[in-house]
Amino acid sequence: MSDMISGGRLSGGLIDRSTELEFSFDGKQFTGHGGDTLASALLANNVRLMGRSFKYHRPRGVMSAGPEEPNAIVELRDGAAREPNTRATTAELFDGLIANSQNRWPSLGFDVMAVNDFMSDFLTAGFYYKTFMWPAKFWEKIYEPIIRHAAGLGALSGDADPDCYDKGFLHCDVLIIGAGPTGLMAALVAGRTGARVILADEDFLAGGRLNAETITIGDDAGSDWAQQSVAKLASMPNVRLMTRTTVIGAFDHGIYSAVERITDHLADAPAGKARQVLWRIYSRRAILASGAIERPIAFANNDRPGIMQAGALRAYANRWAVTASNQVAIFTNNDDGHRTASDLAAKGVSIAAIIDTRPNAPSHDDGEVLAGAVVTDSRGRRGLNRIQISLADGTMRWINCGALGVSGGWNPNVHLTCHQRGRPVWNADVAAFVPGKDGPVGLIAAGAAMGDFSTAGALAAGAKASIDALDDIGITAKPIRLPKAEDAPINISPFWHVSGSSRAWLDQQNDVTVKDIKLAHQENFQSVEHLKRYTTLGMATDQGKTSNISGLAVMAELAGKSIPEVGTTMYRPPYTPTAIGAFAGRSRDETFRPVRLTPSHKWAKEQGAVFVEVGMWMRAQWYPRAGETHWRQSVDREILATRSSVGVCDVTTLGKIDVQGSDAATFLNRLYCNGFAKLPIGKTRYGLMLREDGIVMDDGTTARLGETHFVMTTTTANAVGVFRHMEFARQCLWPGLDVQIISTTEAWAQFAVAGPNARKVLERIVDPEFDLSNDAFPFMACGEITVCGGLRARLFRISFSGELAYEIAVPTRYGDAIIRQLMEAGEPFDITPYGMEALGVMRIEKGHATSNELNGTTTAHNLGLGRMVSKTKDSIGSVLSEREGLIEADALMLVGFKPVDSSQPVVAGSHLMTIGDPVNAAHDQGYITSAGYSPNLGCSIGLGFLKNGATRKGEIIRAMNPLEGFEVMVEVVSTHFVDPEGERLRA
Amino acid sequence: MHDLVALNALGGSVAQIDEFDGVTIREVPDVAYASMAIRQNKEAAFLRAIKKMTGIAPPIPGQSVTTKSGKAALTIFWIGQDQWMVEAPFSSHENIAADMVVALGATASVTEQNDAWARFDLDGPGSVSMLERLSATDSAGMIAGAATRTSIEHLGCFLICRKPSRNFSILCPRSSASSMHHALVSIAKSCL
Repeated sequence: MSDMISGGRLSGGLIDRSTELEFSFDGKQFTGHGGDTLASALLANNVRLMGRSFKYHRPRGVMSAGPEEPNAIVELRDGAAREPNTRATTAELFDGLIANSQNRWPSLGFDVMAVNDFMSDFLTAGFYYKTFMWPAKFWEKIYEPIIRHAAGLGALSGDADPDCYDKGFLHCDVLIIGAGPTGLMAALVAGRTGARVILADEDFLAGGRLNAETITIGDDAGSDWAQQSVAKLASMPNVRLMTRTTVIGAFDHGIYSAVERITDHLADAPAGKARQVLWRIYSRRAILASGAIERPIAFANNDRPGIMQAGALRAYANRWAVTASNQVAIFTNNDDGHRTASDLAAKGVSIAAIIDTRPNAPSHDDGEVLAGAVVTDSRGRRGLNRIQISLADGTMRWINCGALGVSGGWNPNVHLTCHQRGRPVWNADVAAFVPGKDGPVGLIAAGAAMGDFSTAGALAAGAKASIDALDDIGITAKPIRLPKAEDAPINISPFWHVSGSSRAWLDQQNDVTVKDIKLAHQENFQSVEHLKRYTTLGMATDQGKTSNISGLAVMAELAGKSIPEVGTTMYRPPYTPTAIGAFAGRSRDETFRPVRLTPSHKWAKEQGAVFVEVGMWMRAQWYPRAGETHWRQSVDREILATRSSVGVCDVTTLGKIDVQGSDAATFLNRLYCNGFAKLPIGKTRYGLMLREDGIVMDDGTTARLGETHFVMTTTTANAVGVFRHMEFARQCLWPGLDVQIISTTEAWAQFAVAGPNARKVLERIVDPEFDLSNDAFPFMACGEITVCGGLRARLFRISFSGELAYEIAVPTRYGDAIIRQLMEAGEPFDITPYGMEALGVMRIEKGHATSNELNGTTTAHNLGLGRMVSKTKDSIGSVLSEREGLIEADALMLVGFKPVDSSQPVVAGSHLMTIGDPVNAAHDQGYITSAGYSPNLGCSIGLGFLKNGATRKGEIIRAMNPLEGFEVMVEVVSTHFVDPEGERLRA
Repeated sequence: MHDLVALNALGGSVAQIDEFDGVTIREVPDVAYASMAIRQNKEAAFLRAIKKMTGIAPPIPGQSVTTKSGKAALTIFWIGQDQWMVEAPFSSHENIAADMVVALGATASVTEQNDAWARFDLDGPGSVSMLERLSATDSAGMIAGAATRTSIEHLGCFLICRKPSRNFSILCPRSSASSMHHALVSIAKSCL
């Protein structure tokens, strides 16, 4: 590399030369300064080659100095924290940063996949669709893996993201997006009114292009004015200045999403700090001051490292004091390109030539202007060393240079105005699309984002947008005296690409060339949306920020249309690539959702309970004891102990709904399909709730505590759904009824005490004035009582297990104390805590249905509860439960199953087939819903639905899983395996 | 009187306190709650009865009101249409629901809510920074006494502003108190 081509650090800039930062790129150590980006620090170290292209693996260098970067895409950090596809241009340098190039093998300098470049004739647009057509089965196993290996971007670490992310919510009167001259001026105007202002900018240094230019505002350098403005804003408590914050999406009702990078620029983030915060910003009005992105001009081999946006060359020189080369040429179609020549020359960089497409191009003091000329080719294997120029008279000339600044004009950053399907409109004055009038309601685009490219124009537009936005929401802002600033016209003459036979890149990230657009046009993929999908123009991480408009312009030229006639594709959130972790926030791993703990959780943990998730609840599944080596031993013991003496189980998780009001009884009578109007005070009743379509929704017991006061229980899983259903019924179906409902699930700790000795145990804690004898407190009785010397409690004599059983409820804070009291009171009876498994087996033994049976497809008739649906009243679902298809003769009916060979299991989910019938869906006889091992019967048992089941008791039937080749012969039996007469629960 | 030991929502018998630079997070177990909902066509009688019982009128949506009398101060906050929650010190008002049933008679439906909720108080200048990452509510804009329903850590909660920008109460479903506490501590570590 000759000295002429090499670049490096210049004088001046907004970097902190007193801070030296060590970093590595592809394993090589470098040094940069505070204020550098990875890209500027690499250029300062004379590194121009930063990546390989997507398809052809061509050497690529940095093209921009901002978020639009298509080429300098790298992996940052290492190990589990490695993040692929990040832009070197926005990565803030810190001491110890580890960066690696991607999509190359074995190294960036020598990449064997670069062979693709020689096969480019076979890899044109649509080659995927044309080449790998057959044999079809090769696609998934052979073609796709090969293509994915060869093409593509960075690789994930494969490890879980070690960082944490927060989500948050902010509120403001005015959100200002972008802190360049427009945004700063808008914020100054709004801040002085006292309005709540959020000013967000993705850069770590506010000021936008003011930091990249040599222009002055008033008597100050633009960058100084920016910092003075920031200081003023920082002193206003109503203004929140958020740097390192990218607004990534515009949503309904003035809501914007933004990602704030909190620790990305720190070598060692403090423990517990979120790496990034995904903010949802509620704004009353928003101002889009997002500036503009310079667009390149396509010409042959325009993708070499060293060929950059002219504005980016200027930004590197002015802000970061670096140049990609000491010998620079400019290729422009407007006056802005000439600025780059001036600024670089002022820093001592030699200007090889200014190639200006305009025949009437102005002259320049710092270099030769070649008016009416174009760049036609370039050379330099891993970085530019010369360019070929076609002069106005047609003669060709080669010029040596290590960097070429290209300016094809500027495209306003309209993206956010399109997030709600707004369409940008063409502005011929600036030869660019500007935001249309159909953007998000309440969003005003201003400054360069609106095509107003001069500094004076930006300041004025920022002030006006702010005054207008505030006026809209009734806040009057005083006009502000605008400082003097440059107001130069850009004098653009549209020029999109230099024609020729070699490949000229439009989309450098996706390797889309002018030839690809021509091919798409030739093959009739002319609509912009087809063009995009066929060529991949504008896809991948940069979303075509530097390529879309040029691609459209080429298509317009080919189709003989104007650019606005061709139109644009739709921009969608997020504006820049966003870590999935930011979208997940803290909802991951064990904190994916909150858990609910039962009142006896602490006690159960002390007992060594094994827990199971039931919805959000953590419930004890069983309580292993010393010597038990298999869960079945624990569960069998719990069941046998309960049935022979007494057991206790935390049943707090069942939904409890307080129903009150003078019409509460009427309300319940309409909600349940069975009668509730005449339920006496002090009694509990089992109720069945149907959906409007006649299918069973939920079941449970409801207790009448007073004339106008009921407490309903629901299944654990349906508590929320039932409450919602009741609110709908109360507010919408029968607003005339006087009913008030509220959930009280959390307020009461509830325990089932079951078994022949249940009464004896309870008598020891229930205060003596309450008579628990069978006569005074019979099956299905309920009442408000006191326990343990005066604690208010509720007692229900209900049984899920089929034993003599009660459920006792106390205020939740005493739940722990009561389980301990029950265990103590039950000691003489060897009281045994039982978990979900034992509960499940006992209810199967008793033939009680749960959500396995109330599965959203079954009716009361299917469950054998058809007679519960009252014909003497109207209730939700009662009419539609009578539908022909639901009550046909061979309808599924709930029955019990026992294996013929008692050593065989009954398996839930098995389908039932009649012996001798073919095994197929047409002959399906039903299915098994619940199964478990009954220690009382000494075999597995099950419940399930069988066609015409009521008349098939005694039949031997095949229970099978044809998928896994599993089959057991089972006998159809009654659902009541234990105490079919119900004598125990009435004892 | 019984001698049963009450457990706090976080499982201890002493309220949990977590101190951070800028915020103290306190578990507040010693509060009693009861909800009340107006019975149909009983609004006038209800308003008279509640005023007579507490000395204050129930607030409009989004608000709470507090009686002036120091230690036994009652707060009433809005929780739904024609529906409010009464909050009072537990030691003096454990049976507030029963007392309200007597005082309000057939004008309202009263439900004991003492143990339905776990209350956590945030106190300190960093409270708003925390709430910004917990709730969509504009906590910075809440005036003293503002009270709202909001979702925090996926849980339906009440958020009450006791002192603007500084002192807030979060009421979350009691069974999820440990998850809420984990969320509060995690966010405090993250943003303070």
